Amino acid sequence: METREIYARLNRIFQNVFDDSSIRVYPETTADDIEDWDSLEHITLISTVERVFHMKFKMGEISSMKNVGEMAAIIKARTKL
Amino acid sequence: MKELEYPFDPAYIIQKKKALKKGLLADGTPRMEKKIAVFGGSTTSDIVKVLELFLLNMGIAPVFYESEYAQYFQDAMFPSEELLAFQPDLVFIHTTNRNVTAYPEITDSPAQIDEKLQSQLEKFQTIWASIGEKFHCPIIQNNFEMPLYRLLGNRDCYDVHGRRNFLSRLNQGFYAYAQTHESFYIHDINFISADFGLKEWANPLYWNMYKYAMCFEAIPGFAFNLANIIKSIFGKNKKALALDLDNTLWGGVVGDDGVDGIEIGQETGVSQSYYEFQTYVKELKSLGILLTVCSKNDHENAIAGLNHPEGALKPADFIIIKANWENKDRNIAETAQELNILPEAIVFADDNPAEREIVRAQLPGVAVPAMEEVERYIQTIDRSGFFEVTSFSEDDLKRNEMYKTNALRAAQAASFADYGAYLESLSMRAVIDDFLPVYLARITQLTNKSNQFNLTTRRYTPAQMEEVFASSQHIRLYGKLVDKFGDNGVVSVVIGKINGDALDVELWLMSCRVLKRDMEFAMLDELVSRCREAGISHINGYYYPTAKNGMVRELYKTFGFQKVSEDETGNTQWRLELESYEKQNRFIAVSGNEAQNA
Repeated sequence: METREIYARLNRIFQNVFDDSSIRVYPETTADDIEDWDSLEHITLISTVERVFHMKFKMGEISSMKNVGEMAAIIKARTKL
Repeated sequence: MKELEYPFDPAYIIQKKKALKKGLLADGTPRMEKKIAVFGGSTTSDIVKVLELFLLNMGIAPVFYESEYAQYFQDAMFPSEELLAFQPDLVFIHTTNRNVTAYPEITDSPAQIDEKLQSQLEKFQTIWASIGEKFHCPIIQNNFEMPLYRLLGNRDCYDVHGRRNFLSRLNQGFYAYAQTHESFYIHDINFISADFGLKEWANPLYWNMYKYAMCFEAIPGFAFNLANIIKSIFGKNKKALALDLDNTLWGGVVGDDGVDGIEIGQETGVSQSYYEFQTYVKELKSLGILLTVCSKNDHENAIAGLNHPEGALKPADFIIIKANWENKDRNIAETAQELNILPEAIVFADDNPAEREIVRAQLPGVAVPAMEEVERYIQTIDRSGFFEVTSFSEDDLKRNEMYKTNALRAAQAASFADYGAYLESLSMRAVIDDFLPVYLARITQLTNKSNQFNLTTRRYTPAQMEEVFASSQHIRLYGKLVDKFGDNGVVSVVIGKINGDALDVELWLMSCRVLKRDMEFAMLDELVSRCREAGISHINGYYYPTAKNGMVRELYKTFGFQKVSEDETGNTQWRLELESYEKQNRFIAVSGNEAQNA
């Protein structure tokens, strides 16, 4: 999947989960940049991303991803297969 | 809100929960506020958030207390000041098989395993007793779901060393407690985890990563099932099922295909599916759910279809049969009026999406399940939890009979020119007296269900009702009405609190099935005579307006009370001096509890 397409879908997911249509995410976006992004919303986010992209994160990845860029990279690698 | 009705999309709810909540809060529905304490043995955060959505959708505005992570035991045994001040209306204990602290070891003797079982059970019984003592409110307790793996394979279910066996014995212990304790309810996660699919439900990733006892997508189904118990406890169950006929109760169109042409019975798979559904509906009737027909058909065709020899339902199973060519929303509204219930107490089952849409749009509040394929009809209605049974009284069993006889009364009333002569002809007898233990369940149920003829709309949990029952500072009356057509059961409740030489009436309600029978005057007469015995000189009455109780705004005036005050929201206070009071009931012969044994 194209990186641009991945970010378009991620924007939509973030907007839904945080109920804020002004949210845009970039590779360097982290939990600190989005007010409601705490450890609990992180679960909602992960489960929604997995469903939208039809892929699964490995357990270790869920807690080690540093920013949206790393998330997008995993999505890209896994949706290629 | 359609997104929150069965069958909902769990992923959608999880993703959009914030927007859904906003939408619910903005829709202007009046809701009852309830304080719910959640004692968790695992993470509860998203459970509470999703539960809130379902409750809001069912007319309840919850305020939550959530224990700190896995502090269910501490909160139950040693509640903090904050929790004590919270005074929950309900406690939910969210424990799962992850919270069982001692499972059998393969080397344990059966006696050792019995001991382990006993100690687990005692721990929970101590918790329940403590909650009952400290909070006097209903308790909802999860049972245990099946384990993630079976060390002994198939033997795990019957060998005492197996976790399957151990957990099912624990569950039996929970059920025995539930059977003998009022206000204690089991949340059956053993069923819903199986229904969801145990393989996914028990995915250990969610426990190991987030300390959730179930997978994320299972949360909405879990919360919905729990919300159904809560709404039932607080009197928000549906009361009636209005059914379409063609392609809902049988296959085909009776007007076109003729009685011999419709599909019902044992002949084909399709006709068997309709037969099974009719059987299920008949079982609902036995629970006290009122059945009515709402169908676009000529009346005689509808009756002919219902008289099909292979059908399980007969015309006599329905209290009202509306088979005509009017719009269905109008027929449903009339049905509600004739049954004296609110439209929102009705479930409308119709296979036709267009009809469902009209009713949904014209009568918001009426539940309109998505009846899509006949083989799923039962599942759709059953899983929707409209009629969740939390209490079960004698009256539930007789309800259809009672509504039926009401129809006979109406027919008779029409033949009398003078209403007094009609009341006379009913030969009414009432029992009006202090509460009896056998009626407490019904009395509590009435306080939670009556909306229209209800002066203060005060709700009581079974535990609170027990307290009123035991109190020497209250005057309590229940009223039961019998007439020549049948027994109406317990239909009226009055609770007053003694306040010096006055009685403050905290609750006055009556079931709408006995409106205009002068039962309220018989209750007042009896209340006055009890007050006189207790040396009380006057009665203070209170009316608190709601969206639904407009019919009793002037009740106290009709009784002869004087209005004392009225505030800007329409709350009124009334006063009756007892010295000059004279009996007002002329048509009902009244006796006391002693008549029950005669």
